[in-house]
Amino acid sequence: MDLSAINPVLLIASLMVAATPLLLAAVGELVVEKAGVLNLGVEGMMIVGAIAGFATAVESGSPLLGFVVAAIAGAALSTLFAILTQFAQANQVASGLSLTLFGLGLSALMGQSYVGIKPPQMQDIHFPLLSDLPVVGPILFTHDIILYFGIALTAAIWAVLKYSRVGLILRAVGENHDAAHALGYKVLRIRVLAILFGGACAGMGGAYISLIRVPQWTEGMTAGIGWIALALVVFASWKPWRVLLGAYLFGGVTVVQLNLQAAGVAIPVEYLAMSPYLITIVVLVILSADKSSAPAALGRNFHASR
Amino acid sequence: MKLTKLLTGAAMALGLATSAMAEDKTKVGFVYVGPVGDGGWTYEHDQGRKAVVAEFGDKVETVYVENVAEGPDAERVITQMALQGADLIFTTSFGYMDPTINVAKKFPNVKFEHATGYKRADNVSTYSARFYEGRAVQGTIAGHMTKSNIVGYIGSYPIPEVIRGINSAYLHAKKVNPDVTFKIVWAFTWFDPAKEADAAKVLIEQGADVILQHTDSTAPQAAAQAAGNVITFGQASDMAEYGPLPRVSSIIDNWAPYYIARTKAVMDGTWTSVDTWDGIGPGMVGIGEISDAVPAEVKAEALALKDAIANGSYHPFTGPINKQDGSAWLADGEIADDGTLAGMNFFVEGIEGDIPQ
Repeated sequence: MDLSAINPVLLIASLMVAATPLLLAAVGELVVEKAGVLNLGVEGMMIVGAIAGFATAVESGSPLLGFVVAAIAGAALSTLFAILTQFAQANQVASGLSLTLFGLGLSALMGQSYVGIKPPQMQDIHFPLLSDLPVVGPILFTHDIILYFGIALTAAIWAVLKYSRVGLILRAVGENHDAAHALGYKVLRIRVLAILFGGACAGMGGAYISLIRVPQWTEGMTAGIGWIALALVVFASWKPWRVLLGAYLFGGVTVVQLNLQAAGVAIPVEYLAMSPYLITIVVLVILSADKSSAPAALGRNFHASR
Repeated sequence: MKLTKLLTGAAMALGLATSAMAEDKTKVGFVYVGPVGDGGWTYEHDQGRKAVVAEFGDKVETVYVENVAEGPDAERVITQMALQGADLIFTTSFGYMDPTINVAKKFPNVKFEHATGYKRADNVSTYSARFYEGRAVQGTIAGHMTKSNIVGYIGSYPIPEVIRGINSAYLHAKKVNPDVTFKIVWAFTWFDPAKEADAAKVLIEQGADVILQHTDSTAPQAAAQAAGNVITFGQASDMAEYGPLPRVSSIIDNWAPYYIARTKAVMDGTWTSVDTWDGIGPGMVGIGEISDAVPAEVKAEALALKDAIANGSYHPFTGPINKQDGSAWLADGEIADDGTLAGMNFFVEGIEGDIPQ
């Protein structure tokens, strides 16, 4: 066993990278669920975002443009879900699942000619002075812009949901759509916008995997991160900061366990391999002891005539 | 009485229908553990399938299912294929072993071929390639090329095939570089690009400048490329798009000749249950072009080793070799028997860390 082989600075820096796709997808889904819609298609939207962003970045040479297109592609796919569930009144669970299956197939088709290509690299931001600080510099101030965007987005969603009128309306729609409708709010319009926002976030999360974390395109490369994002929202009791904590814990423990394995720590590998799931769940369950509950109208379709 | 008659009639009609179909077309099914676009393991199996189509044209019909999870899901998929009239089914991952055997019991007239397993039946063959021969070549190059003397190894599952590869690579790296150490990370997946990339990054951060992988995607290649000054080897497929650096060579699985031969055997009615385990010699394992990033004398040494293995004058597991705990395994000059190799569940002396049980 040789713990000195683990460089804590590099470790923390790489755990932030590992957590970001999960964070982006999860905060997007949080907004969707706060509006009372359960979209199980996160995985599908992520992978479509991954290939759309990758293809755009390769063709245009601009990773940033890749992220923009990934967000648009994720939102476009979620439009399908919005039409099915909000206008055609289809079952949300079934629609979400089919969205995932559709997204996986569509992305494989779109990605046929992009296997084995290297995408243009996203430059890390260099903050004057701050990036040169010892320890803190490499950990906090030498990342790509999307990583900071993910944290800023979490803060913004928290502030909007908690303090703004928009947030209040969104939550009202999610808690009791009939009452919100009676008050004159456009339930469907608000929900569709929330779904689009969630799709855009998931698309960006997917592109983060294909453009920065891996970086390459491979079929099925999200490999279940969308499902973990869905679970994370529930365990985080629909609270943005807890989603951030959960994502960092999950990403963190994933990277730490690989580090411990490589350093030859005498903990059975099976325990290490399950530790990200276990620790994240345990911490978030303990935190959610305050009985915060799901949005009351979660997963229920709304129709003005009922 | 009436019902039984009806049923037998239906069964006979069904039997006639299937045998009539079998006459014009042989249906061959493939079950894949990953997507065909993984650029590695599954990609090469699918190349084999395409070779079967190219060889027999209209006389065969092939079907495949990708991304089949190992376990109960596999049993469902294989059963489905057998029900749809497949005459020959290739199941291409270790974890399909028990599902394949279970389904084969229910369909005695369908032939099954299971890759990398060890359980056979009258209608179940097993086939695998001696990847450890390729690992010996990789280990030789890795031992010469590493400057930090740390070689990172991404393992999938702790099964004999993977352990054999680690042992073979280690023995041959050690032979040319006594100071070399292996850092092994178990990913517990065949295919998860994000996790594979993370594993490669972790190993590089801990000082490894050579990454060997036994997982299916090209993600570790991309991670090594981003890190710079790290060399890798293509796994299962050439992965030439990552050459000349980081990818300096590769192990290429070549299933096409075997798939064609077995399909032919079914057509001719000569199919019998066999256990095939071929290596570099018969061409089931190929060594990808060694790139110019490798010094000429190292390349020559690696190719000489490859030739010696191919013509049978050298076996990668030739004694003296001790097990990890120091107990003797092979005496001087003794060659490992296939049975021990097939069930290998121990590291050789010098490798640190335990195999997850």
